Amino acid sequence: MGQNGKLKLGLYWAASCGGCEIAVVELREKLLIVDQVADIVFWPVATDFKYKDVEAYPDGYMDVCFFNGAIRTSENEHLAHLLRKKSKILVAFGSCAYEGCIPGLANLFDRESIFRRVYLESESVDNPNKVVPQTTYQMPEGEIHIPKFYNTVKTLAQVTDVDYFLPGCPPQDPQIWAVIEAIVAGKLPPKGSVVGANEKTVCDECKHVREEKKIKKFYRYHEIIPDSTKCLFDQGIICAGPATRGGCGALCTKVDIPCRGCYGPPPNVCDQGASLLAAVASVVDADTEEDARRIVSEILDPVGTFYRFSLPASLLHRARLS
Amino acid sequence: MSGNGRFEPRIVAFLCNWCTYTAADTAGVSRMKQPPNVDIIRVMCTGRIDPVFVLKAFAEGADGVIVSGCHPPGDCHYNNGNYKTFRRMPLVEALLQQYGIEEGRFHWGWISGAEAPKWAELTREFTEQVRKLGPLNWKQQFASKED
Ligand code: FES
Repeated sequence: MGQNGKLKLGLYWAASCGGCEIAVVELREKLLIVDQVADIVFWPVATDFKYKDVEAYPDGYMDVCFFNGAIRTSENEHLAHLLRKKSKILVAFGSCAYEGCIPGLANLFDRESIFRRVYLESESVDNPNKVVPQTTYQMPEGEIHIPKFYNTVKTLAQVTDVDYFLPGCPPQDPQIWAVIEAIVAGKLPPKGSVVGANEKTVCDECKHVREEKKIKKFYRYHEIIPDSTKCLFDQGIICAGPATRGGCGALCTKVDIPCRGCYGPPPNVCDQGASLLAAVASVVDADTEEDARRIVSEILDPVGTFYRFSLPASLLHRARLS
Repeated sequence: MSGNGRFEPRIVAFLCNWCTYTAADTAGVSRMKQPPNVDIIRVMCTGRIDPVFVLKAFAEGADGVIVSGCHPPGDCHYNNGNYKTFRRMPLVEALLQQYGIEEGRFHWGWISGAEAPKWAELTREFTEQVRKLGPLNWKQQFASKED
């Protein structure tokens, strides 16, 4: 804490979309309260502090650092270690830092295949010299360096020690606010806890009425107009609600969009995808192996469906590297 | 690797107490020839085999995984545990395929208590099949330093 009694707060974005930053701005007028209780000492998206400023801070200088984004490049990893050193409390903020999130789905591929697709094959790319990123390049003025793009997306906790996990893609602003209040009041739970979320599943917060599920056919979302009173799962739409921690207020299902699982697994579930897979299998209405196979074969991209937000944090972490 | 330099796969088998485990027990008592590569984990019913068991086995170093229980429709001791299994396992197969784990590393099916020779044969054939595929080494590939 600074001499003025204010918290020193840092915010950083690694491999992320920027949505977590927007979520902070969504605090709106409460940001003014944040300003009263905290000095922001690092926030690349909004302030002009440089990496070298952070490097010059004494260790443990920041009281709290909200780190959003996954670890995709050597730069992300470097900042993860640096910010760990400079912060008393490091929070994995949002689904990317917590579980890898959408950028983590690239773990179905490796660096080479991603570069090939993005820089050479993509329909919108014009790259006659077939240039792909190199980590070092000789210019007339000297050698320049860019960060290395890793084969595997990792979560923040897979590269450094993390104190708290704040889930969501992005975290909902009332939950962010509740966490800030807890920090200011010094009322944080034990290290390693998931904060800004609930202990039950999204189904617990969802208003749709559940009945006995028996599914003969699964629908992709655009193939059906759901009944907005009945459980979406009951109607054959794969909804990650039963395998997802609550805390968002079931925002998606409120407007008949199935839950995709961005708040991560509920307490005591180690692999969200396996848990959702089991939930899906349990509703399949098949009395023979052939029927079961036929019904579940309609689920395209099972890894992308079951692990949409949690592939790097899952048991297997990634597809096999050749 | 064994002493003679041959790759010895590590195989984890989840068997239900009432059918396949009984078959495995009989196979052992009757001294049927089986390779020592298969580690059996006994569960009460295949319905208890959460998909996470299979994933965890691979993640922790298994080269192959077997799931086996009572024949459907009617053999399951708990009526419909094997139904749960045949609804789950095709999805597990699909996941493994996306992860790049060869089909031949995962076997699920049914062997009754009276089919001890069938169990012994499965252990022999499956072990050879996985041996041919080579080590999976899942842990290592995630831990390996990024080059
Ligand atoms: S008891 Fe054997 S499968 Fe259920």
